[in-house]
Amino acid sequence: MSVDKNTVKRVARLARIALPEERLEPMAGELNRILAWVEQLNEVDTSSVEPMTSVIKMSLKMREDVVTDGNAATDVVLNAPLGEDNYFAVPKVVE
Amino acid sequence: MSDLTGLTIAEARDGLKKKAFSAKELTEAHIKAMEKGRALNAFIVETPEIALKGAAESDKRIAAGSARALEGIPLGIKDLFCTKGVQTTAGSHILEGFKPPYESTVTRNLFNDGATMLGKLNMDEFAMGSSNETSYFKPVINPWRRKGSNTPLVPGGSSGGSAASVAARLVLGATGTDTGGSIRQPAAVVGIAGIKPTYGRCSRWGIVAFASSLDQAGPMARTVRDCAIMLKSMASHDPLDSTSVDLPVPDYEAAMTGNIKGLRVGIPKEYRLDGMPAEIEALWQKGIEWLKAAGAEIVDVSLPHTKYALPAYYIVAPAEASSNLARYDGVRFGLREPGKDITSMYENTRAAGFGREVQRRILVGTYVLSAGYYDAYYIKAQKLRTLIARDFDEAYKKCDVLLTPTAPGPAFGIGEKTDDPIAMYLNDVFTVTVNLAGLPGISVPAGLNSEGLPLGLQLIGKAFDESTLFRVGEVIEKAAGLTPRPAAWWEV
Repeated sequence: MSVDKNTVKRVARLARIALPEERLEPMAGELNRILAWVEQLNEVDTSSVEPMTSVIKMSLKMREDVVTDGNAATDVVLNAPLGEDNYFAVPKVVE
Repeated sequence: MSDLTGLTIAEARDGLKKKAFSAKELTEAHIKAMEKGRALNAFIVETPEIALKGAAESDKRIAAGSARALEGIPLGIKDLFCTKGVQTTAGSHILEGFKPPYESTVTRNLFNDGATMLGKLNMDEFAMGSSNETSYFKPVINPWRRKGSNTPLVPGGSSGGSAASVAARLVLGATGTDTGGSIRQPAAVVGIAGIKPTYGRCSRWGIVAFASSLDQAGPMARTVRDCAIMLKSMASHDPLDSTSVDLPVPDYEAAMTGNIKGLRVGIPKEYRLDGMPAEIEALWQKGIEWLKAAGAEIVDVSLPHTKYALPAYYIVAPAEASSNLARYDGVRFGLREPGKDITSMYENTRAAGFGREVQRRILVGTYVLSAGYYDAYYIKAQKLRTLIARDFDEAYKKCDVLLTPTAPGPAFGIGEKTDDPIAMYLNDVFTVTVNLAGLPGISVPAGLNSEGLPLGLQLIGKAFDESTLFRVGEVIEKAAGLTPRPAAWWEV
């Protein structure tokens, strides 16, 4: 599987990272090197192996379904680059 | 007063208890060392006022006879841990100026036990790196230099600021985090001890997430005992992290009996790499001899899937990172770059805020998780993880603990490996298996190479058996008989 310039463009779009045109080609090269290297995993037959879903065998704890936190609007927006009256402000999204 | 910064945590604790010096004096000595050590670039933020305030409280407690486990011990905190009201950046421009309104569980545990904070320590951006060169705040410099050379060396990574500040005696100990080797590899190349505990031993709450199924916090300090003291305070069950385990935290120091008679130490043959430097191989042999001399039984074991650990890691870690780092969107915290609409605001923010290595890993992660590739990459890697964990299960039928080198070489020069991501990734070849299997691993300073640079040995334990690692680690530490201390060239 090989990554070309257009794939890099598409993936960068998915990841919401603006990549200038001149970085697409070099990035394709870098990704291809990494992907070619990780593809050595295909040497191993894993047809009868379950994928790991939990590093340490543990069952998740149950807890009471109650409110334990909240009413901290000012804390929540404290670090927002732009906000108003305990709301986050973003560029207009609806016309 | 003799050199207070040269003490171990255990010695400082005893000195404070005996009132040989005050917490204020201990803290002031470290603040001075921190200020004189700025050439190392180990700190992103210094917080002497917080340390002094803590010291005053500690002195009161000591006078009142109500000292806590880490009373008055000045520590450095890796900048991945959220600290209430103190800038936390994860080494990234995108979080510059971020002041968390809450405290991470691990730092809260440490402070509740009386430790104080000297400042926030530099690191590879979002913990992605093995040399500290990916930090937005410029690389940390290793306090060690090659004999007769002034070439600046890297302190390893990603916990490079933690490693350098501990080795240079700027702090008594530091927190680190380890996703693929980020505690153990820097500890090894600066000549200190560092342990990555079992996954789930420490709460991840309030630690900036990199790869959630691999990340684990741990202590870095100058001795194995100091790590044991710190981990006892750091570890806890935490309802805020559902993957933290509800198991009692043992008294690790009490487990350090020095007795390893009859203990079975496994030597995994797959860790003997082609082209491994002779001095690493020789050190490993020495470690085997030391443990044998102390009464341990040496057993040859096989971990057949070892060579697949790094490539599996470089699927799993970027995949989880691409998901975790989606939150940096210019809306809720940190940097925002304007754009013509909301999407371009996101894209511009993330382009300006993330460094090259972080961008590369987000793109790899996004790619391997994208439609059509998920099974081929991510599921495949998780299957390899099952096999790697199974290798360890098999090995532990024959032995109690494993001994390996920590890193494939000593500290290297700044800029020497930055052109080749894969060459850089290979620094974690001996450490990453442990993260994939969730096991604990400790690096212990074990020798100096021909150029006078520190090297470490790694012990890998069974899940939640950190106690054995501390016990065996101390035996190695004593046998090596070093207290590696770099010449303080930075204090000019």
